[in-house]
This record gives sequence, structure tokens and C-alpha cells, in this order.
Amino acid sequence: MPRQVQGLSRILLAAALFVLAALPPARAAGPFAELASVNSDVVAAGVRALAVSGNPRAGAVIAALKQGRLFAWRWPNPAAPLFIRTDAGLVDARTGAKVATPPMPVNLRAVIVSDAVRGAIETGAGVLDLRAPAAATRERAAEALFQAADPGSLPLIDAALRTEKDPAVRRVLRDAQAAALLKSDTAPVPAQLAAVRRLAGRADLSSRNLLASLSGEPKPVAAAVARAIAGIDRQLRLWGLVENVYYGISLGAVLLLAAAGLAITFGVMGVINMAHGEMVMIGAYTTFVVQQTIAAAAPGLNEFGLLFAIPTAFLVAGALGVVIERCMIRFLYGRPLETLLATWGLSLVLQQAVRSVFGATNKDVTSPAWMSGFVRLGGLTLTVNRLWIILFAALVIAALMAALRWGGLGRSIRAVTQNRRMAAAMGIRTPWIDALTFGLGSGIAGMAGVALSQIDNVSPNLGQNYIIDSFIVVVVGGVGNLWGTVFGALILGIVDKFVEPITGAVLGKIIVLVLLILFIQRRPRGLFPLKGRAVEA
Amino acid sequence: MRRESALTVAAILGGALLLAAGNVLVPASGSLHVSGFVVGLAGKYLCYALLALAVDLVWGYAGILTLGHAAFFALGGYAMGMYLMREIGARGVYANPILPDFMVFLGWKQLPWYWFGFDHFGIALIAALAVPALLAGVFGWFAFRSRVSGVYLSIITQALTYALMLAFFRNNMGFGGNNGMTDFKDILGFPIGTDATSVGLMLVTALVLAGAYLLARALVASRFGKVLVAVRDAEPRTRFLGYRPEHYKLVVWVFSAMLAGIGGALYVPQVGIINPSEFAPANSIEAVIWVAVGGRGSLSGAILGAVLVNLGKTWLTGALPEMWLFALGGLFIVVTLFLPRGLIGLLARRRAAPKDAPAAVAAAREVTG
Amino acid sequence: MSADLLLYLDGVTVSFDGFRALNALSLVLEPGEMRAVIGPNGAGKTTMMDVITGKTRPDSGRVVFGADTDLTRLDEPAIAALGIGRKFQKPTVFEPLSVRDNLLLALAGDRSPRFSLWARETVEERQRIEMILLTTRLTDQRDRRAADLSHGQKQWLEIGMLLAQEPRLLLVDEPVAGMTDAETEQTAQLLREINRTRSVVVVEHDMAFVRALGVKVTVLHEGAVLSEGSIDHVSADPRVIEVYLGR
Repeated sequence: MPRQVQGLSRILLAAALFVLAALPPARAAGPFAELASVNSDVVAAGVRALAVSGNPRAGAVIAALKQGRLFAWRWPNPAAPLFIRTDAGLVDARTGAKVATPPMPVNLRAVIVSDAVRGAIETGAGVLDLRAPAAATRERAAEALFQAADPGSLPLIDAALRTEKDPAVRRVLRDAQAAALLKSDTAPVPAQLAAVRRLAGRADLSSRNLLASLSGEPKPVAAAVARAIAGIDRQLRLWGLVENVYYGISLGAVLLLAAAGLAITFGVMGVINMAHGEMVMIGAYTTFVVQQTIAAAAPGLNEFGLLFAIPTAFLVAGALGVVIERCMIRFLYGRPLETLLATWGLSLVLQQAVRSVFGATNKDVTSPAWMSGFVRLGGLTLTVNRLWIILFAALVIAALMAALRWGGLGRSIRAVTQNRRMAAAMGIRTPWIDALTFGLGSGIAGMAGVALSQIDNVSPNLGQNYIIDSFIVVVVGGVGNLWGTVFGALILGIVDKFVEPITGAVLGKIIVLVLLILFIQRRPRGLFPLKGRAVEA
Repeated sequence: MRRESALTVAAILGGALLLAAGNVLVPASGSLHVSGFVVGLAGKYLCYALLALAVDLVWGYAGILTLGHAAFFALGGYAMGMYLMREIGARGVYANPILPDFMVFLGWKQLPWYWFGFDHFGIALIAALAVPALLAGVFGWFAFRSRVSGVYLSIITQALTYALMLAFFRNNMGFGGNNGMTDFKDILGFPIGTDATSVGLMLVTALVLAGAYLLARALVASRFGKVLVAVRDAEPRTRFLGYRPEHYKLVVWVFSAMLAGIGGALYVPQVGIINPSEFAPANSIEAVIWVAVGGRGSLSGAILGAVLVNLGKTWLTGALPEMWLFALGGLFIVVTLFLPRGLIGLLARRRAAPKDAPAAVAAAREVTG
Repeated sequence: MSADLLLYLDGVTVSFDGFRALNALSLVLEPGEMRAVIGPNGAGKTTMMDVITGKTRPDSGRVVFGADTDLTRLDEPAIAALGIGRKFQKPTVFEPLSVRDNLLLALAGDRSPRFSLWARETVEERQRIEMILLTTRLTDQRDRRAADLSHGQKQWLEIGMLLAQEPRLLLVDEPVAGMTDAETEQTAQLLREINRTRSVVVVEHDMAFVRALGVKVTVLHEGAVLSEGSIDHVSADPRVIEVYLGR
């Protein structure tokens, strides 16, 4: 027994010494030693350190790590800690030289890649781009340096600042410099104060987080940091507000598109068309068909499929609208409740017809490249397709207003809605105008469908999601008033986006509906009612 | 009029008794045996007929096109569902004597306050009447007082039921969220799902429907009913006569909501489930088409329409499921375009002398116009 | 206001979208008086009726009924309950109801749903209805649907409904539009009959009819009183001639 105990304790002692020897003496060993660590946080630090070190091998090593081809010696061996496996065999990570006598594979292990390490790789790979020819790439790299806020990168940043000409990149580099300075323990107080001011001016979430993570600063710096955080919070709140307004406008544009056609059929003609949503849906399916056709017939035009889809959807939905008016709506004028029921029935038929032809599953409508991506504006990140939809909604409404105001059809429409009998006496063929007006409203719904196909699922139920909202928009805005519809859509969109974050989506929807019910009771004729004897009667 | 009432009541009770007899008296092997499934279906249709009656009262007689009456139906159903949930007691999956399964699942420790008392059938019944009445009262008081009418009113009734649907989908409302309530065991001690209980429930529903019909009949025949028709056709004129249309509409609206609530309360034990989809806007609109098919402004027509359309639905969704929406949609269009007074109007026209036919059409136009 | 006035309009202004339908209109009506109001299209005649009956709320001005009741604060049913009845230009009777039922609903009495739910027709009510049927020559039509009446009969039914209301003041908008000469004459007689116990304001285009009534005439133009007096006085007024004949 005693002998065994003695033997065991000797082994334990040896193991302890062994482990102690294996532990790298913190950061002193340099990035390569850190990469060889078994602690993923240390590896991540190593990746960052390597990236900002300016070491010419950094790019190759980080790329290898990313691809899982970086290997460390399984046992402590400071002499040759890292290898990269290439097609030609193992190379030394430090020099890139081929290893003459490769170690046995059993002695190697892949360097661990945890989430933390993966993050560091992203940053690191970015930093390496600091010398890239494209300014945008360099700016991204500088941003990565800023995010890393590593005092060790200061020399690198200084070096980059000496050669960098591009003002945008310089600005980010200076931010990065300030961040790194603040993290360093040796920077003099005035430099730290300047850095705090710099970050306060940047005023985004990451600079706020950076400032908030500081501790143990000298008094004046700590006070400046507290002030800066408060200032950034104020600005962030402001941007948050602006962002909500933007989201609201964006939603409003969608609602406006969906409601614009309704503003004609319901607002101008007084026809309550419950199948309006299905016109939108048919517009979306038209987009799908047009894209498929172009992909089959002229793949070179794929990028511009949407441009072809817009007029096609207008014509398809518009023609359908004319048919519906001639075959159904015209028998129901002056009977709004019956119209509501009949068009509801029509909407069921149209949905089922589309489901029978195209199937019940969502159809895949692709977005062209020029509609994807982001735009940064101050503290905002805007998606490009939303911007296009806002623009499109504005164009559609402008065109509609212009057509109603100056177009020949528009003049006839106004004449017929204002005084049908007089218009007929003047030689306007009122039944034909009714059909065309309804066709116009339906056609606009079809164009809305093209836009909605970009942001929503193209399914037979597409229209149903918009019909109630569309009516709400027209009702809130005031019937028969296109400007009212525009304001109605924007107000509804913005209210929705402000209520939603506070209460959650479902409760938000309920609140909006309740608000609407209260609103209709207060202002039964909408925000911008038409006045006069004709309405009173 | 009296003949029509007697005929309708006889048809409801006679039909129900016939089906019941076919189930109870005819042996299961007999060719005339009525299965429990058919009895259940009949009971369901009778509940729908109650809803149709409710819709017809407000639409046919007060001119309020409601697109949200299924909300009252569903509320009545939920009240009954709460009682049936409490009836399960410790027989649930989690065997909790107080809490329904879904509450145990959500980790709730005690019954929400609004569930108290629902272990008593009487209280559930009162709630099935009072909750729809209360909601209708508040909604109607606001809506009618501010003279919201026509299509606008229709749209906000639709918004009402839509909002309720969204609300009932939420788990923390305490009504079972998405899944609603189901797996009921018994009602007043009678096991749910057996033929005997189905027959009993169906007969009770038939009795309630007949009673509701007679009550509605009395209502529309009274001076109140005449004022209601006057309000429907010439609301401003009634105001200048000194009537307050909002009060009249409110009374009939609340009464109608209670009818719908009772319909829902009878519906739930017969179908064995209640969930938020009962609030779906489409359900309310479907109820309107039952009335339109049967004959708006005719109480027996509403009952007839509800039964016929649902017979058609059961048959079509079984035989040609793709065709059901086409048929339903087509029904909306055909009825509004060609049958403004529904089947009852068609019958009335048949009965009238052929030379009177154009006059009847003209009269029909005027009624619906 | 002095107690011996029935209706007093003081500087009533109503505008729709900038268009002034009534422009500081002032008018005084004494108890028991019958007044004819004439004026070209758009003079504000119907709007004046709307203001008195509570359908339109004026932008400014007062409408005082009796001693000191400000009508601008009341809604239509409240004003009707005070005893102001109105007949519309286009006859509006309750078409699906029988002639009798139309009168029954118009009879003075409790208007609440609670009452009407349990109400049974009383002997007095039946007698009142028969009286009015007689007055308006509709006895033979009593059980017909109002929709099936001729235009003139509908006009009378509406006047009958006004009578049933037992108002203190009747506002009658173009009662003889679309009537034959004989019917017009009978209507004038009917109105004079009614005027024995009640005050009446008649808005009319038909000059022959107004002359036949033989009462004080108010001429409205552009929302204000242009001239007032006997029919001979106003038809001699050069301003009235100018308005009617144009410049």
C-alpha cells in the first residue's frame, strides 16, 4: 500500500509540473504562443494580437485557422508550436517555410475554433485589409480595429494614419486610435480626455459599450466618460426615434400601395371591394410568372424582371377589374352592403382559383441585386428594398394624382363622381368610365402586388393580410381624398411601429384596432372629410 | 305570419325528434338508423341556426350588417368551454384537480380570478349570455351613439372580432392560447361523445332554437320591431319623429349578441373543442351568407339558410374539398345579384300569381335597396 | 327673449367648406303663425330647416324655441320631443310598414324602446289614427303598404304623421312638389286647417300655392332674409324681382 501511494503521488507531482510548464506565461509569449493555447479566450486574444501585429505571416495564419488547417503541437514544444497544413505538406506557421521533418500526425491537434475565436478571426481578417487598395475595405478594417479596441494595435493604427489619405478611413482610424488609447493603462490624462470626446462624437452603441466597460480611470476622465455616456444615450434615443419613424414610413408606404387602389374604387367610386386584396395577390403572382418567363426566355434580363412585371401586373389586374365591374359591380351600385358580400364571395373564388392553378405553397419571387443590401445613414441602417418601395409608393401616388388631375380619364372620372347625370348629358359614357375607374383602381392594386412580392410571401392569402389595413387607411384618411389616404397610411404605419415595441406585435395590433374603433366614432368621416350638402344629404 | 311561425317551430322540433328517434329507437343495424355522428352534425347546424337568427335580427330588421357576430358566438362558447374544462377536474393529463392542463403546462400556480365560479354550470350559462351582452353593449353604445353606420360599422365589427381572435391566441390571456380548450369529459355528469348525450344536446338545442325563434318573432312583431324596420329604412326620419335609433339598435344588438352567445355555448359541448379560430373574420361573414341565402329579413329564412348552406358545406368539403370555396364564393355572388330576398323570397314569388311577379321583384328591390 | 315668441333665429351662420349656406340669418315666428319661406335654389331654405331641427349645428348664432330653449344644444329627437315636426321635401314614409303603422309610430307618446317593446295599441290610439286617416283622406288605404301609395298620397301620409306627432310647430318642406292642381288646392286647405291649432313654416317654390295660403312671406337669398311681408309686398320688392329674374 505505502509503495503504491508513493508511486501515485510521484506521478501526480510530475503531472502538475508538466501542466505548469505547459501554461504559457500570459501574453509575454506573443500571439503564436497564444494560438497554441487550449483556452479558447486566449486563442481569440492571440488572433487579434496577430492581426494587429503587422507580422507579414498574419494573413496566411488567420486564413489557415479559419479553414481549420492550423495545427499546434499536441504536447508542449515551444520550438515549433504551429503548423499549417498545405497541399504540399506541413509548413511552419511563423515563417511559411516547409518543415523538413514533419511531426507525426498523432502529435498534432487542430487549433480550437470556438465562437469567441471565430469572432476574433472575423475582426482579424478585417484588420489585415487595412492595406487593401479599396478604400471601403480599408474602412471596414479600421472599423474592426475600433471594435477590437486593443492597445496593442496602436502602433499599427499610427502607421496606417501616416499613409492613409481617404478622409472617411482616417476618421474611423482616429476612432480606433481613441478606443485603443482608452483601453491602454499608460496613456496620459489629456490624451484620454481627447479620446473620450472623440468617442462621444461618434455616438453609437459600440462606443457607448466601450466607454461603459472602462474602469479605474483617473477622476477627470471618469467624469468625462459618464458625461459622454449620457450624451450618447440621448443621441441613441433620438436615433431610435428616427429609426422608428423610418420603419413607420416604410410600413406606411406598403400600406399606401395596398390602399391606393382602394382609394379609387372605394374612395372615389364608393364601391366597397373586398376582393381588392386579391387584386394585390394577382399582381404578386403576375410578378412570379413574368420572372419565370424571363428566366426561361431571356435570362440576361433577369435583373430587370420587376420592371416588366410592373406594367404587366397593372394590365392583368386592371383588365380583371374591368371584367368584374361589367359582370358584377355595376348591378350593385348604391347597395354597399350587397357589394361587400358579393365581392367577398369573389375574393374567395379568386383565392381558390389561384390555389388550384399555382398550388397552396409560397412562390419564390427573387429580388434583383440592385434591390438588396443596406445603406448607412447617420445612426441608421436602411435596407435598400424598403427604400425602393417607399420611392415606388411615392411615384405611384404622384402618377395617380397627376392622372386624376390632368389626364383625360381623370377628368371624366371626376366629372362622373361629381355629377353623374350632368356628365352623361355632356356626352361622357358613364358606364364605360365606371368600368375604367374600377380597372384603374384594380390595376394599381396589381402594381402594389409587384412591390409586396419583394417583402412578403407570395401565397393565395397574400391579399387577405392587407385588406383590413387598407380599408383602415382609406377610412382614417377620409373617403375620396388621396392626400388623406397618404396621411392615413403614414399615420397608421408610424403608430403601429411605435406601439409595437412597447407592447409586442399582437397586443400592438389589438391596440391599433381599438384605437381605430374609437377613431371612427370620433371622426366617422376620417381625418380629412369632404364637407358640404352632398355629403350631408 | 302565424302559420309561418307554427310551421317553423314544427319543422325544428319535428326534425330534431325524428333524428333522435332514428338514433335511439332504430337499432344500429337498421337501414333507417341515424348515427351519433349525424345527430352531432344536426346539433351543430342548429347552433349555427341560432347564430343566423342573431345575424338576421340585426341585419334583416335593423340594417346593421354585422361582420363580427361569430365573436359573440365564440365568447359564449368559451364560457361553456371554461365550465367543461373545470368539469374535467383531476382527470386531465396532469391530474390537477383545480387547474386545467394548459395552465399547469404554462406553470401557473393558481386559477386566474375570472375563472372562479366556472365550476358551476349555472354561472357558465350566465356568463355565456352576459359576456357577449356586455361586449355588445359597450361596443354598440359607442358605435351607435356616434352614428357609425353602413359599411363603416361593418368594418369595425370585423375589426372587433379580428382583435379578439388575436387576443385569444395569446397564452397569457388564460384561455388556452392557440389550442383553446378540448378533451372535455362530461357535461352535468353526462359523458361527452356518447350517442345519448349527443341526442340530448341536440334536442336541447332544438328547443332553445324554437324558443329563440318565437322570442325573435314576438320582438319583430311588436311596436319595437316596427320602429326597428323604420330605423333600418329611414333612420334620419325616425329621429325627427323623436325616436332615438341608437337606443333601439343597442337593444336589438345586445339581444342578438346574447342569442349568438347561447348558440356558441350549445355548440362547444357538441363539437368538443373551442379555439381562437372561431373568432376568424371569415366565420362571421359566412354566417351572413347563411342569412342571405335563406332570406334576409325573414327569421325562418335565416334558420333555413344556416341549415342548407352547412349541409352543402359538409357534403362538399367531404366530396370535393377544392370546390367548397368556389361554391361558397359563388353563393355570395349569386345570392346578392339574383336572390336579394333569398330562398324564402323565391318561395313567396312562386306562390304569388305569375302576373304579380314583376311587382314582387320590384318590392324585393325596395326592401333590400 | 320675450315670452310671446315661438321661434327666434338670431344671427345664424352655417358654412360648408367656405360656402356660406346661412349668413347671419335672423327670423322671428309668433305662436299660431303660418309663415311661407321662399327663395331661389341655394338660398338656404333647407339648411334653415336643418338648423331648427338639429340636423345641422350652426357655426354661430342662436335658435331659441319658446321662452328660453336653445335648440342648437339639442339633437333631433330632443327637438322633436319639444314639439317641432318636420316634413321632408322628398316624402319619406316607412315603406314596408302599413299606412296605419306609419301613423302609429308617429303618434305622440313614449319613444323609448322599453315602452315600445311591451306597447299594445290602445283605444285612444286607434281613434286618433282613424281621425288622421280621415283628415288626410287615407282611410281606404289604411292597410296598404306605404310603398304602394301614390306620390301625393305619400305626401299626405307624411303630413298625417306630422299631425300624429301633435307638434307645436310644423316645418313643411315643399309639400306640393309633384302634385296635381287639385291636390295642391286640397293641401293648402289642409295646411290652413292645421294652422288653426299649430304654427307652421312652409318652404315652397310654387308661387300660386304661396298666394293661396295668404300668409306672411319671408324671402331668403344667399343665406339671409332679403324681404319680408305679404305676398304682394314681396313680389313688388325690386330686390326680390332682381334675384328671381336675374340681372
